[in-house]
Amino acid sequence: MTRTGGWLLGIWSALAYGLLYAPVAVTVLFSFNAPRGRFNLIWQGFTLENWRHPLRDQALTDAFLTSLGLSLAAALLAVLLGGLMALALSRARVRGGRSIELLLALPLTNPEIVMATALLNLFVGIDLPRGPLTLVLSHSLFCLSYAALTLKARLAGFDPTLELAAQDLGATPLAAFRRVTLPLLVPGLLAATLLSFSLSFDDYVISSFTAGETVTLPLYLAGAFQREISAQIQVLSTLVLVVSAVALLLASPRQDR
Amino acid sequence: MPRSPRAEADRRRRWWPWLLLAPGLIWLIGLYVLPLLGLVPLSLSEPVSRFGLETVFRGRLANYTEVLQAYGPILVRSFGFALIATLLGLVLAYPLAFAIRFHGGRWQPLLVGLVVLPSLTSYLVRAIAFTSLLGDSGPVLNLVAGLGLTGWLDGLGVLRDGRLLNTPTAVILGLTNNLLPFLVLPLVVAMERIDPRLLEAADDLHAGPLRSFTQVVWPLSLPGLGAGILLSLIPAAGDVVNPKFLGGPNDRMIANSIENLLLVQLQAPRAAALTLVLMALITAAVLLQLRGRGVDDLPLP
Repeated sequence: MTRTGGWLLGIWSALAYGLLYAPVAVTVLFSFNAPRGRFNLIWQGFTLENWRHPLRDQALTDAFLTSLGLSLAAALLAVLLGGLMALALSRARVRGGRSIELLLALPLTNPEIVMATALLNLFVGIDLPRGPLTLVLSHSLFCLSYAALTLKARLAGFDPTLELAAQDLGATPLAAFRRVTLPLLVPGLLAATLLSFSLSFDDYVISSFTAGETVTLPLYLAGAFQREISAQIQVLSTLVLVVSAVALLLASPRQDR
Repeated sequence: MPRSPRAEADRRRRWWPWLLLAPGLIWLIGLYVLPLLGLVPLSLSEPVSRFGLETVFRGRLANYTEVLQAYGPILVRSFGFALIATLLGLVLAYPLAFAIRFHGGRWQPLLVGLVVLPSLTSYLVRAIAFTSLLGDSGPVLNLVAGLGLTGWLDGLGVLRDGRLLNTPTAVILGLTNNLLPFLVLPLVVAMERIDPRLLEAADDLHAGPLRSFTQVVWPLSLPGLGAGILLSLIPAAGDVVNPKFLGGPNDRMIANSIENLLLVQLQAPRAAALTLVLMALITAAVLLQLRGRGVDDLPLP
């Protein structure tokens, strides 16, 4: 590649990163803003005040904690159900296995609004009051597809002779699973849980249909557009970003080169 | 007659997978398939009153024609916005993926990680940030005014009366920001599968950089391109947040209409009809992309 071509490519890539990072940078920057009025959207001046008590906005913190609990429950449930499905699909010749995989992929090929409408009509139809229970049900549903499909891909990459070797050495299939497959699967389970957790933690559309009176963090943020965008929102978002970046770094596979 | 141990094992082998599949299948069928099928009779019903979500089945096909008449333009707008955002995204994503793959060197994993990192900030928080970036006294409009481009961009329809917030431009910028990683990642994956020896061969055969791009890189990156476009178009066309918080009242998209029909107007039958229309359009697009290939070829994040 020519020198100018290289420069152009570099500048163009920087532009792409610029669009990706502009809102992130603004969020971090505005956590240090001293806002005037209810909306922390215009830069006034630098302050550390917002960081002195990062969690002082009680309603925001409550929504944050609600989301943490909900996402943890939904992720664990989804990984449990999805892990069992992945195991069956990858280790047994199930008749109709392809159809089941298609069924798992179906929710992912449609916008969230489709699932949201279907779920709301279900909960209205069976008269299930909307609240924490319906939130866990609906979040575990959309996480289930991701968890099952990623874990199935992980299991398909394993050497099946390891399990057979364990069985040849006298281990029952269950013992072979517990002693051989499960330990190998731990990183995959961790990754699936993390992915499910972050999908659930971020969900706004489905929650807005199935939450009832419960306020998750995304629902609180959506309400903030009309109510008040306090600097604590940017502070909390910065904290979440840093923590999840560290989690991503720790969970990503090491590359020793 | 005692059964042979082998037949016994076979018999056991047949039912255990279903035991593992059962809970997940109950979830998928009970919470997704049946409610989705339930939308069909609902879409042919009528609300009992204006004050609740109760409905009564009437076989009312007119719901579909009414919905298509009232929301047809919004449907077109939704796919239009999604398409523009995807194209804008591609203009940025393709060269970025190319740069990461062929010039990233040992920084490649880091550069890919940096593409994903912004997604760790909620898209609602990013929408809040866009309201300050694109606001009337925000940096973007200041820059545009400083360069003296306000009138020109107004004429092009990019700005509306010198403003950015509450315009289609703001919605499309928000969408592009959201979908960029979904375009870059499949492209990088596809380009990583390109054997470097092919490029060396092209070089040996005196193909210039342009030739080896059009003859080697471009055709081999097409699978990633297709996957990325699908992964971007679908969520973008059904997006709620960007049109709701960055667009004006005339920039709403189809998911906003469904939300409004269901939660504000309490018109569950029409919401169901519109949802099924959206689903049919998107399923057609997915099938077109798959064209008989299996689920394994389905691009999944």
